[in-house]
Amino acid sequence: MSIEAKSIHRETFVINLGPQHPATHGVLRIKLTMDGEYIDDAEPIIGYGHRMHEKMGENRTYAKFLPNTARMDYVAALFNSFGYVGAVERLAGITVPERAEYIRVITAELNRVASHLLWAGAFLIDLGGFTPLLYTFDDREQILDLLESVTGARLTFCYYRFGGVCNDIDDEFVAGTRQFITRLRSRMPMYHALITKNIIFRKRCEGIGPITADVCRRYGGTGPVLRGAGVAYDVRKAEPYSAYPQFDFNVPVYPESDCMARYLVRMDEIVESLRIIEQALDKLPAGPVMAEKVPRFLKPPKGECYFNVESARGSFGVRAISDGTDKAYRMKLRSPCFSNLSLFQECSRGMLLADALALLGSLDLVIPDIDR
Amino acid sequence: MWNYFKLIATGSWSLAVGMWIVLLHAFKRPVTVQYPYESVTLPARYRGHIELKREAAGGQPKCVACLACQRACPSGCIALDGVKPEGATRKVLTRYTLNFTTCSLCGLCVESCAFDALQFSKDYNLASVRKEDYQMDLLTPGEKHS
Amino acid sequence: MMTLLHNDFVLEIIRLVLYAVGLIAFAAFNAAYLSLLERKIPSWFQLRYGPKEVGWWGLLQPVADGIKLLTKQLLVQRGADVVLFKLAPAMVIIPAIMCLATIPFSETLVPRNINLGLLVIFSFSAIHVIGTMLGGWASYNKYASIAAARVVAQNIAYEIPLLLILVSLVMITHSFNLHTIVDQQAGGFWHWNVLRLSASPLMPVAFIIYFICMLAESNRAPFDMVEAESELIAGAFTEYSGMGFGLFFIAEYANIVVGCALGTILFLGGWHCPFGLLPGLHWFLIKMYFLCFTVIWVRWSFPRTQFYGLLNLSWKVLIPIALANLMITAIMLKLF
Repeated sequence: MSIEAKSIHRETFVINLGPQHPATHGVLRIKLTMDGEYIDDAEPIIGYGHRMHEKMGENRTYAKFLPNTARMDYVAALFNSFGYVGAVERLAGITVPERAEYIRVITAELNRVASHLLWAGAFLIDLGGFTPLLYTFDDREQILDLLESVTGARLTFCYYRFGGVCNDIDDEFVAGTRQFITRLRSRMPMYHALITKNIIFRKRCEGIGPITADVCRRYGGTGPVLRGAGVAYDVRKAEPYSAYPQFDFNVPVYPESDCMARYLVRMDEIVESLRIIEQALDKLPAGPVMAEKVPRFLKPPKGECYFNVESARGSFGVRAISDGTDKAYRMKLRSPCFSNLSLFQECSRGMLLADALALLGSLDLVIPDIDR
Repeated sequence: MWNYFKLIATGSWSLAVGMWIVLLHAFKRPVTVQYPYESVTLPARYRGHIELKREAAGGQPKCVACLACQRACPSGCIALDGVKPEGATRKVLTRYTLNFTTCSLCGLCVESCAFDALQFSKDYNLASVRKEDYQMDLLTPGEKHS
Repeated sequence: MMTLLHNDFVLEIIRLVLYAVGLIAFAAFNAAYLSLLERKIPSWFQLRYGPKEVGWWGLLQPVADGIKLLTKQLLVQRGADVVLFKLAPAMVIIPAIMCLATIPFSETLVPRNINLGLLVIFSFSAIHVIGTMLGGWASYNKYASIAAARVVAQNIAYEIPLLLILVSLVMITHSFNLHTIVDQQAGGFWHWNVLRLSASPLMPVAFIIYFICMLAESNRAPFDMVEAESELIAGAFTEYSGMGFGLFFIAEYANIVVGCALGTILFLGGWHCPFGLLPGLHWFLIKMYFLCFTVIWVRWSFPRTQFYGLLNLSWKVLIPIALANLMITAIMLKLF
């Protein structure tokens, strides 16, 4: 007599992670279908912060859209401005003077360091260690002070203009930046001793949250997520723009595809960014910071252009379609966090909740960038 | 078997090092600023709300009411009027209001001014409970927010 | 009236009442001011000032916190089991205070010197698990139920190494009586149990295992899965407001105090001076608060372990080492 195997009835329950939750870095709602402690399905629900930036891009003239660019991914705001002014400059055929390109690179890389420092602190908070956040914020404070002395703002910079930047940098900024570079370089061993080598952190991150290169290719994951999966794709090297071809820097790549690999990619990127800033300060040319004949009311000729930059979170792209008037016909903003979040549903299947949160933290999401 | 003991040893050592680093920080001075008892020094280019630059002699605003800033503002927060008195060469400003609730401190107005009449102020203690305090009258700033 | 005071029975009653009030006051004050220290000590590590507005150095902050908790509305979720919901905080705090009844603070300052004192403390300290579990389960909240399940697994896993360490200690001291255990550590710090290598060369390791188990038993970081803030908001205590939450909070600090007090008695020589001079209550308090400082220090240094990492640590690392310690102690006891 055979015993028929009955199908086991699995009882799953639905839990909401967010939109108000300490670990989701903004207003993100994830509908988790859980089987005990394991995740059966994780459906991210976005849109709580949608402010229609792309529509505003169609209703405003090119210059008036500049403040919007800083409000999307506000942690690394200069990259959004970089992408936007780069796209419009290509459309309108404006050349940027050399000094302005160098200043753009210096400020953008400072912003990248600040963004990665914030991410490192926030990632540790997700995992439960509250102290390193304060140390990274101490370093980040110096960067924000430097950028404030140049641009006047600390978070939402409206600094790049079509044809250059609006203020020049002075010797005090150069001296302050060099001092900051020395200080942060001397603090990196402390961070590695406190965080990277810590056995509890390693157990939380090594082997957790695998995101393979194949998954990245299918969902369009870029940035440290892709480089932590072993693919050496960095927009600064693959499609060079601005003054990056003149600098010598490496692109850190780790093949393990786990949370630890993504963490190490970002920590190494901080060191590489410091190298770029140092080289840029050494080679800084004299000259104007603004192109000469930039029309007050910009009317680029008909055409379209896609310009992408390597933001702190991935490849941020701007596709600007101009129909000859002073307002864009279409301003499409390609957000890196949107693509990085979309792979969460597939990657988190069958994981424990704590591990899924470590994975979500290692994706480095800023939700306003997803919602725009 | 050897790996097991090695992991325990390296793990415990990493925890001890971490605790030591945290303890060393207890002997450093705090880096926070005790606002409102102390304040941060603002850099020269700090972006507070805009204000009208005045002539050195007479204190009249340099603004000629050309409306360039009103046109340049992305959020429409500037509203101004001017009249040209009899026999004068330039317009005189009669009203200049800034709706600070929608201002994004982008600086496009300051850059668009061809007469060097606008600058950023260093005002940052701007907490208030009334919305009317943010409808700033920049021409007669004496009656500004409380 | 005066003859009544000579009556032993009356004196005993007065003594018991004074001790009862004193212990509850001690537990409550410790909870209040440990919660202030919990905010001040990380402020030193994190290069900032802690609470300093309420009272000089923030000394009135616990009073403000207490007033805040007392004035909140005590809500009970619809669908929750009301009796268990309200009983759970009591079940957590009462065992912690009862454990304090057998702890000798100095030679003469002990409420009840029970011959099986160690066993009493060990058994009472296991009751708070049921309280937390019931609190989580009776809350009718998914997050709280998950946390309740975690609490049971975690506490059961860490009771065992604790028991093994205490058994090996009792084998050395030949007594469960806490007063006797401290008396055997008289003299300088080289007589303390933590350095009693003649009894077992793994004694310092045993102390560290005891410390880790004490952290896990009181649900402190890095083992605070119960109230893992970034995952489950407040875990088993999500639905508690006002003084219900306050009681859980006090119970956590009371558990820490009991664990640290027990640690000083068992391993660090109780009320004896490290250099063999004047023993007294002050040494006991210094050592106990040093252990409390270490508990807070550990919390703010590391991230949280995963749940299976926590259980792996207990079953795969702590229990084998505790068993090895037990065997070595037995062998050394037999040989020497």
